[in-house]
Amino acid sequence: MDSRIESKIGKAGTVPVVPGAVRRLRRGRWREVFIETFLRLNGFIAIAAILLIFIFLFKEGIQAFRTIPAGHFLQSQELDFDNVPQTVRLWQPVGQNPKYSLIPLLLGSFLVALPGTLIATIFGVACGIYLAEIAGKRTREVIKPAIELLAGVPSVVIGFFCLATLATFVQDALGTTFRLNAMVGALGVSLVIVPVIATMTDDALRAVPGYLREGAHALGANRWETITRVVVPAGASGLVAAILLGMGRALGETMIVLMATGNAAQVTLNPFDSVRTMTATIAAELGAVPQGGEQYRALFLVGSLLFVMTFLINLVAELAVARMRRRLAL
Amino acid sequence: MKMRRIPAVAAVFACGAAGLAGLLAAADTITVKGSDTMVILGQRWAEEYMKAKKDVTIQVTGGGSGTGIAALINGTTTLANSSRPIKAEEKEAAKKNGSDVVEFKTAMDALAVVVSASNPVDHLTMQQVGKIYTGYISNWKQVGGPDKRILRYTRESNSGTYVFFKEHVLNNRDYAADAQTMPGTSAVAEAVAKDPAGIGFGGVAYFAGNPKIKILKIAKDDKSAPISPLLAGGKVNFDAVWSETYPIARYLYVYSAGQPKGAAKEYLDWILGPEGQKIVEKIEYVPMPGEARAERAAAN
Repeated sequence: MDSRIESKIGKAGTVPVVPGAVRRLRRGRWREVFIETFLRLNGFIAIAAILLIFIFLFKEGIQAFRTIPAGHFLQSQELDFDNVPQTVRLWQPVGQNPKYSLIPLLLGSFLVALPGTLIATIFGVACGIYLAEIAGKRTREVIKPAIELLAGVPSVVIGFFCLATLATFVQDALGTTFRLNAMVGALGVSLVIVPVIATMTDDALRAVPGYLREGAHALGANRWETITRVVVPAGASGLVAAILLGMGRALGETMIVLMATGNAAQVTLNPFDSVRTMTATIAAELGAVPQGGEQYRALFLVGSLLFVMTFLINLVAELAVARMRRRLAL
Repeated sequence: MKMRRIPAVAAVFACGAAGLAGLLAAADTITVKGSDTMVILGQRWAEEYMKAKKDVTIQVTGGGSGTGIAALINGTTTLANSSRPIKAEEKEAAKKNGSDVVEFKTAMDALAVVVSASNPVDHLTMQQVGKIYTGYISNWKQVGGPDKRILRYTRESNSGTYVFFKEHVLNNRDYAADAQTMPGTSAVAEAVAKDPAGIGFGGVAYFAGNPKIKILKIAKDDKSAPISPLLAGGKVNFDAVWSETYPIARYLYVYSAGQPKGAAKEYLDWILGPEGQKIVEKIEYVPMPGEARAERAAAN
């Protein structure tokens, strides 16, 4: 069967053709096939996992519509203290007349994710530019691992820091009504995503070919002009991807927001109000509901929505990276 | 040679594991899960009971009444602690999984409504508390306090305290949307202690003795006198709870899937007996009226 290998060895003549050696070689070949298949399988497992999670989430989530009228995910009617019906947008799944409005949860998630991403963008992009364009090799070798270390801090530790220290500091400094509010959560979340944005910005800018910088210098541009007018525009798609991936991470962050935002599911646009995010709602409530019940399914619906949102954001980020690769012909 | 040694080693390990499993199975293990309000009580019961009965192991964890009952329905706990009665749906779900839930009233608890010690307000009516928590009263000056926005603290919806308060004080209306949900009564205590405009609620035991927190007197209605859940010395006012003159009191339940058998039954009998009820009293909950009264009569 393996006459090809045998003949090759025979021709070269450096390896004596002993039956044992051939057997070992044959075994080596099978091992290679096995390893290759194993690695290929692992590549596909990632796709399969995403697909299965997707199906699992939606299968449960979609069933929420069987018992809850679709309109109730926006608003519902409730009698007020004088027994006059009022339109309410509440997430209060436990009680005589459960409320499942997703509006306060969506607003809560974005009130944390958007300011969080904004803050992290300012620091992360600046840090990435410094690393890629300005820092010397030595400084880079110190700062880059330090930033990556920040990414490794468990989010529960950051959450605890926000809850115990940062919240008091923010309230004293700004005189906010709520000690725990969306902004405290956003600051905490930004700590987690600064490393994401900084390292991705660094990678994107270092992918910008050197001849562009040399050309800029040749035209008499100084370092600042080279960065702002040549390097950053060339890597713009990469920066967009970095920011979007950071935002995806911010939307999905759970522990920090659960601990630092105060968890009041109110309809508000004020970033200094206490809010409840989609992730915190799932984390706090899913453990306590009987499987297959109405609230269980509603929580899966929230999860599906979150999944779709982060999936779309990550997709756009991937497209942005692909676009940059194409434009810079990498 | 090497290959041949492996089965021998495996056999030794298997024997060891089997022996260990046998040891563990020999002791009766009772798992109790549920109400955060009852965690301290449940743990004290378990400690004392295990001291008396060496061959029984009891594991008590919290998570909220809803969590405990869900675990009971799913068959992952022997007993569930709950600070609210089981719901009809939950009973139904348990029946579907093949067991009838049996209820035991094991103690009583007075819920305190608390504010910061710096707040001049010292009593409210039930209706005022309800209006504050539903969002119809949002400034302390509407109930005789300073001109300050009221900051409401509540519990997660898996908490029995949350459900009881919603049913009995809010009359099943919804909590105001800006009420901040806290993971436990001790978190509520901490928040109210730090927040001069805050209001919170929870089992009296969690607030009694904290100098930064004031326990409010509660009046049943406009005509009744406001009553504190505490006596002058700082002890819980049992008579006010038993006679329902203090309006926010509830039973603390233990649920079992089917009639409890063996070790679980003995444990429940002990809880409802004089020793178990003495522990209830020791940690500032209210013992069951019948038991406690009979015992007092005997002592006199």
